[in-house]
Amino acid sequence: MTRLSGFLQRWVVFAGLVVVWELVTRAVDDTFLPPPSEIAASAHELWFSGPLSDLLLTDTVFDHVLPSVGRLLAGWGIAAVVGVSLGVAMGRSTAAMQFAGPVLTFLRSIPPPTLVPVFLLIFNIGTSMQLATIVFGVLWPILLNSVDGARSVDTTKFETSAVFRIPRAQWVLGVVLPAAAPKIFAGLRVSLSLSLVLMVVSELVGTDNGIGSQLLIAQREFDFPDMWAGIVLLGVLGYALNTVLLSFERRALAWQPKRAERTPATVED
Amino acid sequence: MTAMLEVTGLGHTYQAKDGAHTAIADLSFRVGAGELVCVVGPSGCGKSTLLRTISGLIRPSKGEITLHGDEVRGVPDDLAVVFQDYSRSLFPWLTVQGNVEFPLRRGLSRAQRRTRAAEALEWVGLSAAARKHPWQLSGGMQQRVAIARALAYRPALLLMDEPFASVDAQTRFELEDLLLKVRAEHDTTVLVVTHDIDESVYLGDRVLVLSGSPASVVADLRVDLPARRDQVTTRESETFVALRAEVARLLNVGKPAEDVADRRRVDEHRVDEHRADERRADEHRAARWAEAERAETERAGLVAAHERDDLFSR
Repeated sequence: MTRLSGFLQRWVVFAGLVVVWELVTRAVDDTFLPPPSEIAASAHELWFSGPLSDLLLTDTVFDHVLPSVGRLLAGWGIAAVVGVSLGVAMGRSTAAMQFAGPVLTFLRSIPPPTLVPVFLLIFNIGTSMQLATIVFGVLWPILLNSVDGARSVDTTKFETSAVFRIPRAQWVLGVVLPAAAPKIFAGLRVSLSLSLVLMVVSELVGTDNGIGSQLLIAQREFDFPDMWAGIVLLGVLGYALNTVLLSFERRALAWQPKRAERTPATVED
Repeated sequence: MTAMLEVTGLGHTYQAKDGAHTAIADLSFRVGAGELVCVVGPSGCGKSTLLRTISGLIRPSKGEITLHGDEVRGVPDDLAVVFQDYSRSLFPWLTVQGNVEFPLRRGLSRAQRRTRAAEALEWVGLSAAARKHPWQLSGGMQQRVAIARALAYRPALLLMDEPFASVDAQTRFELEDLLLKVRAEHDTTVLVVTHDIDESVYLGDRVLVLSGSPASVVADLRVDLPARRDQVTTRESETFVALRAEVARLLNVGKPAEDVADRRRVDEHRVDEHRADERRADEHRAARWAEAERAETERAGLVAAHERDDLFSR
């Protein structure tokens, strides 16, 4: 019952907004602004009218949506692995940040979309150029947060590990990484929403594959319900990815005192 | 009694940006096997520098430290430290049991680690809390986890850096008695660094009194109290009272360093001003040391890590 009311509470505003949108768009009756019901019908037609053997999914899903999501996840994943390992290593070395600090700040300041033409030249049109765009764009929040997190390990933990002669691998995996985890996750979350943006951007140039390109084609062909359906799909995708990451984060950082759902009773002797 | 720890002619000077600061001038003492020795000295006198040189975290500028006959170069294999700040020294992402087992992963099987952790937690009376996280426990209990972690490591020497300075008075008494109990049961050699005079006399078989900075040994007092001590009766015994007075005198507690007669001639206001200046200078010096020491510890730690890797690749 409480679960249900919580769910209702969370979605009632959203549902209300959709109803208002429906009413407004019907009243305005503008081809550029189709009502949500029309968008939903379009979305159904586009993606969910496939054969039963494919779980009702259409070819568009297999040809455009899934490859897009795949590139997003691959790009984000590569950035996560590179960013966390490089960031933790750099965070624990005083020299590395002194030398690399200005370079990092410079590279981070470049707006990633402006590099699309550069990556086009280097990688040609295709998956590798799209991946490069996503990786380059989302690497920085992960890298810098990892550096910050690795630096935040306090001297007492360092000395404790040194005194007990904790081997280096155990020190990195068992002390530095968990201590840096809250900051790393913050970076990962920022990057995930950023990779959705860059996925779309990378598909707007020189390709006819992916959600971004389909969106552009729909717009050029004045197929506004399809265009809006694409936008809604991106929103749903972003929401879903964030929810999955959050639940993973909650599990990984369950040890944090403030994350415990109920106030834990302090045990007194 | 065979010497477990032998410190000979130890001196340490920090190189800071604005010149050299001598934290320890010339220290020599021995700690016998199974002994509990307390080092007491005024704040900022180099006690923690002493502790860091013994634990191999920093290399002293001069002198020699040997642990059961082996010279200390880098962190010794069988030495454990209980730090003052349990909230930072324990790993919050591990359970109590995980914390105690953490240093044992080197060389012990899972089952062995489990047995040792369970054993050590029983010694400190925390068996029931094994699956809890440190932050779910009171401060006193957290420090007991740190003590259990040190004991499970089976150290030849247990170093304690102001171990009970961050808990309330009641808990402090309990932890002092707990330390005396486990140390009697397991014949551990312990060196406790403290600034609390009463604590040093209550805990110690011997009390080493250090001078203000740069540190040197002013007195090495034998504590002639029965091995079984009691927070009430021991503290009111004549021997205890006499000893604590002697330590206090040696530490010059409550007296300004300068000639008292000279002081009287200066008006009160100026005395206060002068004291404030002294205190500021002291604090400033302490802060500078702390900074230099941190830098040095990090460097030494990195070196130690390299040596450790060499050991493992062999």
